[in-house]
Amino acid sequence: MSDQAAPFLDFQKVWLAYNDELLAQQKFAVEDISLQVQRGEFIAIVGPSGCGKSTFMKLTTGLKKPSKGSIHVDGKPVNGPLKISGMAFQSPSLLPWRTTLDNVLLPLEIVEPHRSRFKARRAEYEARAMDLLKTVGLAGYEKQFPWQLSGGMQQRASICRALIHEPQMLLLDEPFGALDAFTKEELWCILRDLWSAQRFNVVLVTHDLRESVFLADTVYVMSKSPGRFLVKREIDLPRPRDLELTYTPAFGDIVHELRGHIGAIRKT
Amino acid sequence: MKSRTRERWAPWLLLLVTLLIWQTLCSVFAVSEFIFPSPLRIAQQTIEYRDVIAGHAWRTFWVTMAGFGIAIVVGVLLGFLIGSSRLAYAAVYPLMTAFNALPKAAFVPILVVWFGIGIGPGILTAFLISFFPIMVNIATGLATLEPELEDVLRVLGATRRDVLFKIGLPRSMPYFYGSLKIAITLAFVGTTVAEMTASNEGIGYLLISAGSAMQMGLAFSGLVVVGAMAMLMYELFNAIEKRTTGWAHRGSQSQ
Repeated sequence: MSDQAAPFLDFQKVWLAYNDELLAQQKFAVEDISLQVQRGEFIAIVGPSGCGKSTFMKLTTGLKKPSKGSIHVDGKPVNGPLKISGMAFQSPSLLPWRTTLDNVLLPLEIVEPHRSRFKARRAEYEARAMDLLKTVGLAGYEKQFPWQLSGGMQQRASICRALIHEPQMLLLDEPFGALDAFTKEELWCILRDLWSAQRFNVVLVTHDLRESVFLADTVYVMSKSPGRFLVKREIDLPRPRDLELTYTPAFGDIVHELRGHIGAIRKT
Repeated sequence: MKSRTRERWAPWLLLLVTLLIWQTLCSVFAVSEFIFPSPLRIAQQTIEYRDVIAGHAWRTFWVTMAGFGIAIVVGVLLGFLIGSSRLAYAAVYPLMTAFNALPKAAFVPILVVWFGIGIGPGILTAFLISFFPIMVNIATGLATLEPELEDVLRVLGATRRDVLFKIGLPRSMPYFYGSLKIAITLAFVGTTVAEMTASNEGIGYLLISAGSAMQMGLAFSGLVVVGAMAMLMYELFNAIEKRTTGWAHRGSQSQ
């Protein structure tokens, strides 16, 4: 977090067209994206729907390669799936034939070095998964199937699955979008606590401005397609942040300011 | 609980009522047994010829199972292929649909030329008629994978094979078992049709020979036996499906 340290995530003038045809027509999904994220920083990306937020996620994880520009993560150029990130989406997308515990364990069956020692160390990994489930309030539900859980509980399990292999970067694509307001706030706090304890990098894509201001260190506002970063807003509210904070004038002012940027985009 | 029991007995009750009406009509109008035998007459003949029928039924059964076994192997492999590759899907699917539209009975004379009278045409007709639903269902199960689910694994460096084995295959299991239920009944149709012209054994052969000897009771026995075998196998696969992929039928389990 010192200034000499190279940024953890470094986008240099990144452009992406989804295929060659679109590239030839100069139609880009995201344009000229540059950003530098420090290690352990929590960033949020907000913007109207269809603005390339999810494209940004795909670039960050290495699922898509930029058409122009370069992306470095942890000092290394990104040339393919990174294996150091975990993802969660708006739909929990848990596997219905696996118990909650087995769903959470899934990444360990895929990613090295856990993969090759999964069988030998299963008990240890299960204990780790149980601990994680406990921290998000799912103790006692390990043996339940996802479809026996409520939507909020499924989303918690989904976040556990994204974190079980202790990724350096957590990518969340509107993870709380489908939840009711109260469950949502509860999960904000869970995410806040997980992040405070482990200090991984978080990229949160959302269109809930309160969510972004409450959780993030830095909020980026994206414009509608083609996606560009219009505004970078550092959130200097003190941590640890409590839900009460969301009712203070300072918090409201920032949300209002960001809302103003979104409004400005919509008019153009 | 009460409605459960009623549901369980409903098909038997319906069968009984149907048989009663059938028997009554035959008796009241004194329908000739050479035209339309009564249930009693069919039962009588079934018992009388039970050894003959059992022999033919066994033959039809194992020929069907052999064809069905090949259908599972080929159907799963083809389904696998076209479900996991878009190019293969585009290339194979239209041809397969055209093939499926052909009446399989039309293949029997050709198969006779190639394999002669005997088990060959029976097994192959059962196979030809029943692999299609298996293939389509496996392919559908694999092709309709949620992209998010795939992304979750791919960011971890999962290979296509990982995605297939961890998600694709388990996910298509309900489709697979569902297709087995359809395919097994079709396979019995295939075998029976083939046996009618291309065999000297089996229920299909029994139907033809009993028909030409004007033994209508026996012919109907043959039909009943095929129907019963197909239904039993259907129920077997139904039970396996419920047991192994209960997660896909969670609505009915009412947690």
